[in-house]
Amino acid sequence: MSSTTTDDSFQPASFAFSAENLAQAQATIAKYPAGRQRSAVMPLLDLAQRQEGWVSLAAMNVVAEMLDLAPIRVYEVATFYTMFNLKPVGKYHLQVCTNLPCMLRGSQEIVEACEAELGVGLGETTADGKFTLSEVECLGACVNAPVIWIGDDYYEDLSVESTKAIIAALKRGEDPKPGSQSGRQYSAPASGPTTLTTLAGGDA
Amino acid sequence: MPKLTIDGREVEVEAGTTIMQAADLLGIEIPRFCYHERLAIAGNCRMCLVEVEKSPKPVASCAMPVGEGMVVKTDTPTVLKARKGVMEFLLINHPLDCPICDQGGECDLQDEAMAYGGDRGRYKEEKRAVKEKSYGPLVKPIMTRCIHCTRCVRFITDVAGVPELGGTFRGEHLEIGTYVEKALSSELSGNIIDLCPVGALTNKPYAFTARSWELKKTESIDVFDAVGANIRVDTRGNQVMRVIPRVNDDVNEEWLGDKSRFAVDGLLRQRLDRPYVRKDGKLVAVSWAEALAAVAGKLKSLEGGRIAALAGDMADAEAMVAAKDLFTKLGSANLDCRQDGARIGTGPRASYLFNTGIAGIEEADALLLIGTNPRKEAPVLNARIRKRYTKGKFPIASVGPRTNLTYKYQHLGAEAAVLAAIADGSHPFAATLKAAQKPMLVIGQGALARLDGDILLGLARKIAETCGLVKDGWNGFNVLHTAAARVGGLDLGFLPGSGGRDVEAILSGAEKGEIGLVYLLGADEIDTQRLGQAFVVYQGSHGDAGAHRADVILPGAAYTEKDATFVNTEGRVQQTRLAVFPPGEAKEDWKILRALAEQAGVDLGYNDLEGVRARLVAVNPVFAAEGPAAAAWGAFGAEGQPSSDPLESPIDNYYMTDPISRASQTMAECTATFVGCAHKRTGTNG
Amino acid sequence: MLRDQDRIFTNLYGLHDWRLSGARARGDWDDTKAILAKGRDWIIDEMKTSGLRGRGGAGFPTGMKWSFMPKEVGERPHYLVVNADEGEPGTCKDREIMRFDPHKLVEGCLVASFAMGAHAAYIYIRGEFVREAEHLQVAIDEAYAAGLIGKNACGSGWDFDLYVHRGGGAYVCGEETALIQSLEGKKGQPRLKPPFPAGVGLYGCPTTVNNVESIAVAPTILRRGGSWFGGLGRPKNSGTKLFCISGHVDRPCTVEEEMGIPLKELIEKHCGGVRGGWDNLLGIIPGGSSVPVLTKDICDTVLMDFDSLREVRSGLGTAAVIVMDKSTDIVRAITRLAKFYKHESCGQCTPCREGTGWMWRVMERMCVGNATVDEIDMLEEVSRQVEGHTICALGDAAAWPIQGLIRSFRPELERRIAEARANARAA
Repeated sequence: MSSTTTDDSFQPASFAFSAENLAQAQATIAKYPAGRQRSAVMPLLDLAQRQEGWVSLAAMNVVAEMLDLAPIRVYEVATFYTMFNLKPVGKYHLQVCTNLPCMLRGSQEIVEACEAELGVGLGETTADGKFTLSEVECLGACVNAPVIWIGDDYYEDLSVESTKAIIAALKRGEDPKPGSQSGRQYSAPASGPTTLTTLAGGDA
Repeated sequence: MPKLTIDGREVEVEAGTTIMQAADLLGIEIPRFCYHERLAIAGNCRMCLVEVEKSPKPVASCAMPVGEGMVVKTDTPTVLKARKGVMEFLLINHPLDCPICDQGGECDLQDEAMAYGGDRGRYKEEKRAVKEKSYGPLVKPIMTRCIHCTRCVRFITDVAGVPELGGTFRGEHLEIGTYVEKALSSELSGNIIDLCPVGALTNKPYAFTARSWELKKTESIDVFDAVGANIRVDTRGNQVMRVIPRVNDDVNEEWLGDKSRFAVDGLLRQRLDRPYVRKDGKLVAVSWAEALAAVAGKLKSLEGGRIAALAGDMADAEAMVAAKDLFTKLGSANLDCRQDGARIGTGPRASYLFNTGIAGIEEADALLLIGTNPRKEAPVLNARIRKRYTKGKFPIASVGPRTNLTYKYQHLGAEAAVLAAIADGSHPFAATLKAAQKPMLVIGQGALARLDGDILLGLARKIAETCGLVKDGWNGFNVLHTAAARVGGLDLGFLPGSGGRDVEAILSGAEKGEIGLVYLLGADEIDTQRLGQAFVVYQGSHGDAGAHRADVILPGAAYTEKDATFVNTEGRVQQTRLAVFPPGEAKEDWKILRALAEQAGVDLGYNDLEGVRARLVAVNPVFAAEGPAAAAWGAFGAEGQPSSDPLESPIDNYYMTDPISRASQTMAECTATFVGCAHKRTGTNG
Repeated sequence: MLRDQDRIFTNLYGLHDWRLSGARARGDWDDTKAILAKGRDWIIDEMKTSGLRGRGGAGFPTGMKWSFMPKEVGERPHYLVVNADEGEPGTCKDREIMRFDPHKLVEGCLVASFAMGAHAAYIYIRGEFVREAEHLQVAIDEAYAAGLIGKNACGSGWDFDLYVHRGGGAYVCGEETALIQSLEGKKGQPRLKPPFPAGVGLYGCPTTVNNVESIAVAPTILRRGGSWFGGLGRPKNSGTKLFCISGHVDRPCTVEEEMGIPLKELIEKHCGGVRGGWDNLLGIIPGGSSVPVLTKDICDTVLMDFDSLREVRSGLGTAAVIVMDKSTDIVRAITRLAKFYKHESCGQCTPCREGTGWMWRVMERMCVGNATVDEIDMLEEVSRQVEGHTICALGDAAAWPIQGLIRSFRPELERRIAEARANARAA
């Protein structure tokens, strides 16, 4: 981990929000009290990342300017929070949780399955630039461990087989169904709920 | 006022005091790294932990306000253990390179490790290393040594107001720096060297040149601007190795501008170290006797009205009074200490002083800047304006250059017409000034050093009078000088006497042949082309513009080489101290004039430093004053229509303003780094 | 066992409609105006009566926390900030609330904000919960459209705005002052206390930071009465609680249960028991990664509430129960947590910045026995040098699992060292 001082050849010369994202950025800034626009720094960086796949220096500088912030204040934020990719990543960014609850449910095998299927190690991107594989800290879905985070979705209750199937689907350009891969009802026990069985649920 | 007990000793302190400050009052030492009394509290180094009764955890004493009846212990086994623990953590990733570290010998970490460090490390893992960076020509970062106290970040952000440093990444990867490699562009950047408690940020030009314990330390005064920052000159042998600030809360707190700190290599270059006389068009080294005889002969050959003297921006009061006495006795009233032609100095003392005082800025509640860029003209004073600004409720407006001053201000335009509108109350900022309790204005040389400078001065006086800037116990009228010599020169009346010529008339007289001799007392900021056929004597320390044109060169002393008096922009009389001897045959300046007077058959009436200083007081009692006294108000300035030329700052390139900084290689590097690309930068957040 | 009628999160498993109409059918937003009409003091008193202790981990009484806000709103506005930065390993309860019962949270934000004089609240949700944030936003939009929040919320005369703010991937932002810093657009580095957020919080204004679950249970408590909630569980440990049971159980799940339920009962009733049977149990981390691991003998009988777990030198934390059976490499498990804390340290305090990395590296060696027995003591000492010496509790959280390991599994550490030595000699 280090700053971009030595190799910044991958940094684009400029960045601009699309018209749609610019409008969304302005709406986001308006969520915060007048003079507190700095609060929008993470949402704006996220928006830039959604547009480009990662957060370039040029994007950080644009965000700084939009929020009337010194660029270093934006660099601090972009480097502090791990969700911001400081380098380009693949179209599919597979982030495998390896924290304890996932580890206890076999995340090591899931990592190995990903590595085998993609042919890259953790922190690497496939040669075709399509997949990046990363290790991630607890995603907060521990009762559905092991978990991989791809795009905006969690893939849960993974096995080696279901992991391979997800990667295969992605390779085919399909959208595999997120959530539990074992077919259970969210965080209920796999055999069905042990509670809330005597109530009407209020379905409209 | 809460009363508390620290280590069994009772102390009563003001509410809001921290435990650490209370302990300091009692002389109880608490170790610290991140805490600095002039910076925001960070509380992150955790070295200052103390025990507080009823608190389950040790408490960071730098951040904890005292409470009534609090019982604090700083010397228990728990406290000692906590400090030793923190020290061990600080050392595990700190390199053991003290022998090659410039901070060695004056390192807080080294000192505290003596008290709290173990005699061997328990850390067997790999140490962290941080990639080499560059912050430009002045500050050398070796961030592997960084202990992440964030003093530099807080200084650059809060005090200097040029937020270019930060902490990027997190946890053990936290890295203090600029992230994107860039030179620190604050004129106060060198202060982070002093603030850094370890050797992470050191003085780049000074690198590997001396060890702190080899240095002789001499307390002195800075002369690179008119602030008169208090400094310590560190020397080895007869060489100035570095300059660092001294604490003076009234003047510079403990800050110093980069030029004042880093231009000192200019003291070794382009020096005039022996007398010269021009013979057959060429300057030839001669003895003092021959040089003085040549000048004396010329002086005696001309009648008083045909000789003139100009004092430069670094001239000391002793030299100026000797020159004035000599020329007066030779019948000349052609004297001027305003080589820039500033139309100032003929009114009461209040008309040319920074009357509010530098510390007084902190009391002000509105500010109007006129023809000045204090960031370039007086960075330390500008930091005081910023300090006041960050406390809020301080409207600032500027009539002059639109530039980044490190704080937000209203730019009212650059034309003098705005001043007339404020003076007659028709401009909205007049109401802002009137509504303030302690409004102030600062008029700079950019307004005064022009043909209509006296009219602008008059407008400023009118604003001061009509907007309530001058009242009982408050004088908000301020002149910001750029020359260390200027106020002293004005106090001594180093100005055209009755029927005498000012700088413009001297130069035009020289051009026309009416002036036969011009004596340049360190005066280099004039157009030497205009000296015509006049016989030019240059007395000074450096081979700069004046010396190149000179017919005789009399080698003088730089500010580090003499005991000399300067009066700062507030009217504060301060003395430099001789830290090294002048090079070669160069001499202290007043002594040269004294010797010349003797050659010219004039008795100045003083033969030693005490004598010349008594003469200073006789000419103007302010030279005996302790600190600046309130100056009486009176009429000054002129009426009339100012020109429509925009108001500019006199300083374009902060790093080169005088013979010493122009001789400095470090300042040349700064010029190349910061000024060379100035047109590309868009620092216009006004 | 808790009756279904006493469960608050009745759509925990997403079996029903999570949107406004479904929520209303389950009783949410039922005459909220009447609750607000009873006034701030009544609400706070009722919360105090309920005995609700903060569900984010620290267990500070919620009603008392609300009462710390200035009584009158002065020049500075008041804020409620909801901590939805759920990231304590093992914990995944707020996620279920936000995606399946978001209206409970939205309604809770209104009543809590009203009780504290706040006209605006921000829900700070961890950035990875993209879908959960979407549900929350839909619920908020629905509530605005129905006049439940916004100007004259629920016809109460109280104006109330609610916003979702997404985080960026930093566990430490779950610490309330770091969360405030982050919400202000800064790095999530915890602030010094004092000043406390109730005095100087978000944007320098009086602020209360509450966990999602604490806020989401408030409307039900206020409807059914504080004494109803207070009557469940044990004194000072009252009410119901969402438990997340992960790791080596047959059927991991999240379930709402009564406070004080025996740990063994919780696992056997809802999770099908420990994988391979109760006797196959090695140890349990009962409250999220930050609390020390319990050995089986304690697990046999301990009750799941704040005070019971504190008595056994652990904690309820977020009630995230991580179960480890005898196949677990316990040293590797704790090492993984050490790596987590190293990764999540914000870096400002010396002991945490330097100590978490040191502890993790020593733990990595301990995993393979590449250490000396002395170093077990040294590791313990280093953890004590971190504990209690930092601005926030992340340093403590990093220290405790290691202390728990050494306390409960020292023989295993020594065995590995001896084994590595023997192997080295043999080689």
